[in-house]
Amino acid sequence: MSNENTPLLEMKNISKDFFGNQVLTDINLSLQEGEVIGLVGENGAGKSTLMRILFGADMIRETGGYGGEIRLNGEPVNFSSPFDAIAAGIGMVHQEFSLIPGFTTKENILLNREPKKGNIASVLFGDRLDIVNRPAMDDQAKKAIEMMGVEIDRNMIISDMPVGHKQFTEIARELSKENLKLLILDEPTAVLTEREAEALLESIRGMSRRGIAVIFITHRLQEILAVCNRVVVMRDGFVVHESPAQDTNVPEITRWMVGREVKTVAASDGQTKDKEGETILKVEKLWVDMPGEIVRNVNLEVKEGEIFGIGGLAGQGKLGIPNGIMGLYQAGGRVTFEGKEIPLNSPRKCLDASFAFVSEDRRGVGLLLDESLEWNVAFPAMQIQNRFLKPALGGLIRFRDEKAIQEITQKYIDELAIKCTSSRQKARELSGGNQQKVCLAKAFALSPRLLFVSEPTRGIDVGAKALVLEALKQFNRENHVTIVIVSSELEELRTSCDRIAIVSGGKVAGILPASSSVEEFGTLMLSQVR
Amino acid sequence: MSKNSTVRKRGSLAAFLRHSSVPIMFIIICAICIPLSGLSPSYLVNEIVTRMGRNSFLIISLLIPIMAGMGLNFGMTLGAMAGEIGLILVSDWQIIGIPGMVLAMILSIPFSILLGLFCGKMLNKARGREMIASYIMSFFINGVYQLVVLYLMGSVIPIKHSSIKLPRGYGIRNTVSLLSMRQKLDNLIPLTIKGVKIPVATFLVVLVLCLFIVWFRRTKLGQDMRAVGQDMEVARDSGINVDRTRIISIVISTILAGFGMVIYLQNMGNIATYSSHSQIGMFCIATLLVGGASVDKASIGNVFLGVILFHLMFIVAPRAGAAITGDSMIGEYFRVFVSYAVITLALIMYETNKRKTKILEGERLKLEQMEEEAK
Amino acid sequence: MNETVTVKEKGSISGFVKSFGLPRLIIAAFLIVLLILSPFVGADLPSQITNIIARFSWNGILVLSMVPMVHSGCGLNFGLPLGIISGLLGATLSIEFGFTGGLSFVVAILIATPFALLLGSIYGWLLNRIKGGEMMIATYVGFSSVSFMCMMWLILPYKSPTMVWGLSGKGLRTTISLEGYYNQVLADFLRISIGKLTIPVGTLLFFAILALAIWAFLRTKTGTAMTAVGSNPSFARAAGINVDKIRLLSVIMSTWLGAVGILVYEQGFGFIQLYMAPFYMALPAVSAILIGGASVNKASITNVIIGTILFQGIVTMTPTVMNNLIKMDMSEVIRIIVSQGMILYALTRKTEVSK
Repeated sequence: MSNENTPLLEMKNISKDFFGNQVLTDINLSLQEGEVIGLVGENGAGKSTLMRILFGADMIRETGGYGGEIRLNGEPVNFSSPFDAIAAGIGMVHQEFSLIPGFTTKENILLNREPKKGNIASVLFGDRLDIVNRPAMDDQAKKAIEMMGVEIDRNMIISDMPVGHKQFTEIARELSKENLKLLILDEPTAVLTEREAEALLESIRGMSRRGIAVIFITHRLQEILAVCNRVVVMRDGFVVHESPAQDTNVPEITRWMVGREVKTVAASDGQTKDKEGETILKVEKLWVDMPGEIVRNVNLEVKEGEIFGIGGLAGQGKLGIPNGIMGLYQAGGRVTFEGKEIPLNSPRKCLDASFAFVSEDRRGVGLLLDESLEWNVAFPAMQIQNRFLKPALGGLIRFRDEKAIQEITQKYIDELAIKCTSSRQKARELSGGNQQKVCLAKAFALSPRLLFVSEPTRGIDVGAKALVLEALKQFNRENHVTIVIVSSELEELRTSCDRIAIVSGGKVAGILPASSSVEEFGTLMLSQVR
Repeated sequence: MSKNSTVRKRGSLAAFLRHSSVPIMFIIICAICIPLSGLSPSYLVNEIVTRMGRNSFLIISLLIPIMAGMGLNFGMTLGAMAGEIGLILVSDWQIIGIPGMVLAMILSIPFSILLGLFCGKMLNKARGREMIASYIMSFFINGVYQLVVLYLMGSVIPIKHSSIKLPRGYGIRNTVSLLSMRQKLDNLIPLTIKGVKIPVATFLVVLVLCLFIVWFRRTKLGQDMRAVGQDMEVARDSGINVDRTRIISIVISTILAGFGMVIYLQNMGNIATYSSHSQIGMFCIATLLVGGASVDKASIGNVFLGVILFHLMFIVAPRAGAAITGDSMIGEYFRVFVSYAVITLALIMYETNKRKTKILEGERLKLEQMEEEAK
Repeated sequence: MNETVTVKEKGSISGFVKSFGLPRLIIAAFLIVLLILSPFVGADLPSQITNIIARFSWNGILVLSMVPMVHSGCGLNFGLPLGIISGLLGATLSIEFGFTGGLSFVVAILIATPFALLLGSIYGWLLNRIKGGEMMIATYVGFSSVSFMCMMWLILPYKSPTMVWGLSGKGLRTTISLEGYYNQVLADFLRISIGKLTIPVGTLLFFAILALAIWAFLRTKTGTAMTAVGSNPSFARAAGINVDKIRLLSVIMSTWLGAVGILVYEQGFGFIQLYMAPFYMALPAVSAILIGGASVNKASITNVIIGTILFQGIVTMTPTVMNNLIKMDMSEVIRIIVSQGMILYALTRKTEVSK
């Protein structure tokens, strides 16, 4: 057994950048046997990256590895794959389930670790011909479930199970690993009912008593306080605060999470616009079935000429709102624009009503990756408004007006400073920031009256970020276009928008002027997390 | 989200009817056609028993790729070709009877493994469209097979006996007689019950294969294949070598198909060198589907039910067609049409089912919100 | 973050090989070798070239019929037999109604059109329900419909003595001669003969007109939408395009082109082939367009022309050259290996599969 003073896990001076984009800086974290720490922070604070480094994820190595040192029981380790991490006694329960739908609970708990019996064939042809020892499997699964302390049916097929039980199956799988010393739980309570979450907390206490250390990541701060020994708060790739759980409270943690302390930001360029404009868009009782971003019963009003922000944590439903209104995901409810009802589930009707949308899924929805920039910019305007077409044979047929298309594309290339070899270059060949500008150009070319922009700065570098936001503000000012920006980055919303709605648990938790304090926003973000 | 949010499958009778719509349809077709055909019950039973012995082994070879989620293995034709090559060589060496069959099977193994590896590798590259790729694969390898058998055998590969060679001196004749091993396995243990001749030894071999399949499902490899078949990503995350597992499933299927072809041809008594294998994949797949299997689920029971129903239809259709229209060709075409239609139907059902679950999710959300508002 | 900026490989040989595809290069080189060899082994080059051009003119439109469906992302049209059946119905009905000569060709197209529209609509509706699994189902829809029509050719009450079996007086023959009907009607129009070299200008013109029409269509608003649907259906949907409608249109176009294609083929070949003949007609057309440089989701008119020439070139050249060279007729085997190998190659390429 390890020395009392050597911590089970030590992470020293961990740093990580993605192609020059620093996401983790000088992280120090240590953990004793049986200790439970709560790791909190906004999305993008670096929690997931840190855990991926600890778990030896492939994507870390593929993007150039990390800096610093990890010690396990005092021994430096460097995992070359998650399997090494597992072998060293680290378990991780991811947010996405990793379960075989048609298998029973016990088959999933012992997936690829099934107890086996040898036979003649396996002696001759290798151990994959061993017989799976089902009674032993049943035993081991039963033990793991008992250890967890939450009763789940081990003979049930996964696809017939409520979500909560799937989550418990994942946890039981980790517990069934004999040498488990450290368990990472990444937002495990997100899908649990209150009773189930309570049971999970009890189970975490049990693990701790048994000497298993737990890193618990969640947005539900009361849970952290209820079960953890220590709280570690991360922000922008730094550990900003660390304290014993009993010495802190929810408001304090919230402040650490979102607060840029004294730095008060001037809202929307300091130009406070007349916010008494007419209501231009009214959303009532909107539900949207966007997987991972479900929206429930949302009511909103957007005023003419304003920049309206929608913020919130990832997975809480903010992305579902524009996608649902624009008809890209199944939706229900009532949307009225300038007093006229806009039918849902029909992208065409929205575009006809002079909406435009810049999707967060740039490569999947936003662009024709294999076509030229010209096509990308001009296509919606051509299809919706019959622009860039020239008649032939006396108006009988209308062909693409390649010249007009080239002109408009060139205009936006110049205006938005899109870096490309020519307007004929394929969209696939551009960098992320320039692809995003093409998406904006596509929306601008539609000359919309209402523009939805979803995650405008995701995955693009700092320079491009500023340019994109400035372009949006300029478009709003000069063309008097109402803009709705949806973003995970609160700072970005606070500097660009007039009013900001915070979405939490699929619902609007509140709408605040951009000048409100970060604490107020933070409280709203966490208010209804589910 | 609460427990009762999971939508439970209701109306198991309706589900049963939907799942077994194809077998039920065939029972109806057979029920109509049998009286019309005027064939005697004892003749029909005799034919079915013979065909069961002839075809079962081949059809069972399809089960393992289905288990591994690779769909219907149209590439089983590759194994059939390997089996034929084995038989051609054995008949040139004039090894007769059961030893000849066994040797042919052994000879087919290296060819099957080679072809199976190639096929498996290709299918791993064509992920998501395995079936069309394995289908084209069977045509492609058929070209290679013709190259070998029609041009290389006798010129490069030594063939001694002119009886199986084309008159020009190289290449194999269109028909190779297997008189020396014709029904040798079927008749090894002679048994006739009420005028029905039963190929006991063949059935025993099939039984052994069935036991093998049952045993195989219980092995670690079988468990891995089921996991890979259901979710490749999850299986990979848990440390299973997905690509290798898929290749193994195709190799096993190809080897079994090779054995199956030897059994099939010993019953027929001759090899149609350039056509025996070409339709075999299609007929075996149709048979399996008629037995109630689907693209992602098949059992041994489906095989035997399929053989009975499909071949019953096959035997009676031409006679019944002639009885109705006075033209026997109608029935011939009808059974070909039915074979294709069954496969088409199964493929369509498989693809539409994959999409159905998505639509339900939105309905659930709507209900949830309405419930909430009602409170 | 993980955006990959592809570096353009211009000018380099490896870049050229990559963009053109190794198998295509091999096939093209093979054909060139055959052409160079043919005078030395005693084959008659002008008549060989005449042959290639003739076969190109017969098959061009069948290959062209792949283009709309590939553009809309429905994949390679393995369901071509459906179009062929429409054409066959047009052909047989035109003769049954007593039309002869050039008129019978026009009437055949006119009658085939409604059948193609109807079958194409049903087929398109089906393919919209099974997005992602089109190719396999298309193959089997083709097979099912061909075998269904086998029964129909026997049952339908055709009466024309040139078409039905002489003995029983009912049921269509397997091959029907077009002598006196539309045999060579297009080919004879403006036919040029220079020594042994003959060029069926009329047929080529007919192909050119249809190819031009498709080329022009792809430049219209709807044609642009079709390409976008094939390139990225999610993008098209977000831009307000009714993806299903565009796909349906493409399937109908492909089916109609298949119908016209078989009629043109017959006028060159001189016979109508019924029953199992349409069965394997899809595969040569599919491999021809792939040899021409198309992929599962990109195809152009150039691909059609190059592909048909290369494919038909190999089909016509190999028997003569091979026979003379090594006294072995391996042409059939080579044709199978080349064409199926090409399809297999295309299917195993990494392409972005539409969801």
